Amino acid sequence: MKLKLSESDSSKLAGESGRAVQMAMSILVRMSEIQGAEHLLSIVSSHIDSALYIGDSTLDYAERLVDLGAKVCVPTTLNVAGVDHHGWDSWDVPAEWADKARRQMLAYKAMECRPTWTCAPYQTEARPGFGDQIAWGESSAIVFANSVLGARSERYPDLLDICAALAGRVPAIGLHLDENRSGQILIRLKSISGALLDSDEFYPVLGHQIGKLAGSRVVVLDPVDVNPSEDQLKALGAAMASSGAVALFHWVGITPEAPTIHDAFRGRTPEGIIDVSLNDLVGARKELSSSTSDRLDMVVLGSPHFSLNELRALVPLIEGRHCDPRIRFLVTTGRGVKLLAEEMGLLEALAEFGAEITVDTCILTTPMLPSEICSLMTNSAKYAYYTPGLLDREVVFGSTEACVESAVSGKVIKDDRLWIV
Amino acid sequence: MDRINGNGRKAVDSDTENVLRGKSVISGSVKGRLVVSREPLSFWGGYDLGTGEIIDRQHHLSGKIVKDCILAVPETKGSSTTTAVLLEAIHRGNAPLAIITLGVDSFLALALVVAEEMYRKSIPLVALNSEEYSALPSGHQIRVEEDGRIIWMQTNR
Repeated sequence: MKLKLSESDSSKLAGESGRAVQMAMSILVRMSEIQGAEHLLSIVSSHIDSALYIGDSTLDYAERLVDLGAKVCVPTTLNVAGVDHHGWDSWDVPAEWADKARRQMLAYKAMECRPTWTCAPYQTEARPGFGDQIAWGESSAIVFANSVLGARSERYPDLLDICAALAGRVPAIGLHLDENRSGQILIRLKSISGALLDSDEFYPVLGHQIGKLAGSRVVVLDPVDVNPSEDQLKALGAAMASSGAVALFHWVGITPEAPTIHDAFRGRTPEGIIDVSLNDLVGARKELSSSTSDRLDMVVLGSPHFSLNELRALVPLIEGRHCDPRIRFLVTTGRGVKLLAEEMGLLEALAEFGAEITVDTCILTTPMLPSEICSLMTNSAKYAYYTPGLLDREVVFGSTEACVESAVSGKVIKDDRLWIV
Repeated sequence: MDRINGNGRKAVDSDTENVLRGKSVISGSVKGRLVVSREPLSFWGGYDLGTGEIIDRQHHLSGKIVKDCILAVPETKGSSTTTAVLLEAIHRGNAPLAIITLGVDSFLALALVVAEEMYRKSIPLVALNSEEYSALPSGHQIRVEEDGRIIWMQTNR
C-alpha cells in the first residue's frame, strides 16, 4: 500500500512551513515508506531522547535543525542529557565533552522543548492521558506511557522523536493503532510467594526475565494477588525494555487496557504461553550481577529517575545512619522531583547520610565516574544491565535495603532470603 | 533460498553460488566477512562506536569486533539511543560494512537515512525473512548487492 499524505503533510514536505519542518517531514516520509505506513497521524506531545550527546554527529544534527529555524509544534519534554547543570564539575566529566554536551542541550532548548531533563517525565512534568497519540523516545518511558498510562507511542528512536515534535505527525503504524496493541504472549507466574510479590526487588528481576523471553512482542501477565505500585511497574517496564524491546505490556486486572484477559488479547489467541518460576527468576537475578566479589565503591539508585515516593521510602532506611566514607552513594533523579523533595524536607536526611543527588543525567549518559570507582551496587535492572558494557565496571544488583546496608558497612551485603528455591 | 547449480556455477566446478534474495532497505553493495548474531542487540550499551566491539556483556558476540564485517542481527532491542550510536559510528568510520536484519528494523534504517541526509554516506541495510536469516553462513565472505541479494560461494567437497 502506498503512503498517502494529507494536503498539510505535502505542504510541509514542500517547505512551506520552513526548512526545519521540511527536513523533519522528509525523514518521517522516508521512514513511513520503509515501515509501510499508509498515512501519517497527529500527535499531542513528544518526549525527546535525542538531546543526549553521543558524538559530533548528534551535535551536528541538533545544530543543523536550529540553523534551519526548528521549533517544536506540540508540548515536548526532554530526556536525560549529557551534563548535570547543577554540579557536573564535581564529577569527572571531561571539560570538552561537557562543553559539546551542553551545546547539544542548548540546541534542543532553542527548539522550545521544555528543559525537564528526565527519563521519567510522567512522574512530574508530563503525564499523557489514556488513548493520547504521542511520540516518545526513551525505552523505559515508552513502555510506561503505553502500558501504565494507556497512551499510544511507537518506540521512537533518537533523531526521529524530534522530527515528530517538529512536524506534529508520525507514521500511522505499530502501537499507534488498535490492532497492534493486543497481547502476543502470555506470561504466567508460577509459585511466587506473596512476600516476593510484595517486594520492590521482584519487579526489575521479573522485567529482566520477561524482556529476554518476549523480544519486541506485546506481553500479557496473568492476574496475581497484588496491586503493584507505580514505581514497581516503572521498574518492571524499564527492565523489559533493556533485556528486550518490549514497548507495551498488559497486566490483567492492573493496567488500563487489560481489565480481563480477553481485553488484553483483544479476543485473539496468544502466540505463546510461558511459565516463569522462582527458579527462572533466581537465574535472572544472578545475571544482573556481573561480580560475586564484596568490593564496593559506589551505590547508585534511580534508573529510571527516582520518584518522590522512592525518595520518601529511602529516608527511614538511612535516617540516623552514615554511609561508609569510602563509598559514594548517588541518587539520580529529575530536577522536578528534586524540587518537590526539597520542599518536603526530604533532602536533609540524604545529606546527613552522605548521599549525593544528581539531576538531569545519569551514570550511563555522562562519563562522570572517577576511575577509582570500579564496583557498583544498584537496585535498578537497567543500571545493572548496561553498566558492564557501557561503563566497563562491575555491578551487583540488590534491593534498596541491601544497597543501604552495603553502603553503611562499606562492602556488598546481599540478602537472598526471598529468593530461596 | 536459491542454490544456483547450473548458470550460477563459477570457475571452480565444485563451488556453488548461494543467493538469498533479501529486501534492500538502504541500498548499496559491499563485500566482507559475515558475523551472524542469534540475539537482538542494543547498539547503545552494546556496540562501541570507537572500536566496533560488541560490548553487551550478556550477548553471545560480546568481545567480537565487527566494524570491518557485515553484521547480521535479527533486530535491535533496548535503548532509543541505538540510532545515535550507529549514526556516530558511521560518521567516525567505525560502523559495520553492512547490516542484515530479520524483517525491517526501523531503528537501524533511521540511523542510515539520517547519515545520508547529514553526511551523504551510509551503509547497506538488507531485510530477510526467518528462513533466509537462518541460512546465513556466519564466518563466510559474502557480497551484498544493491538490489538486496546476498551472495556467497560454497566449496563442495
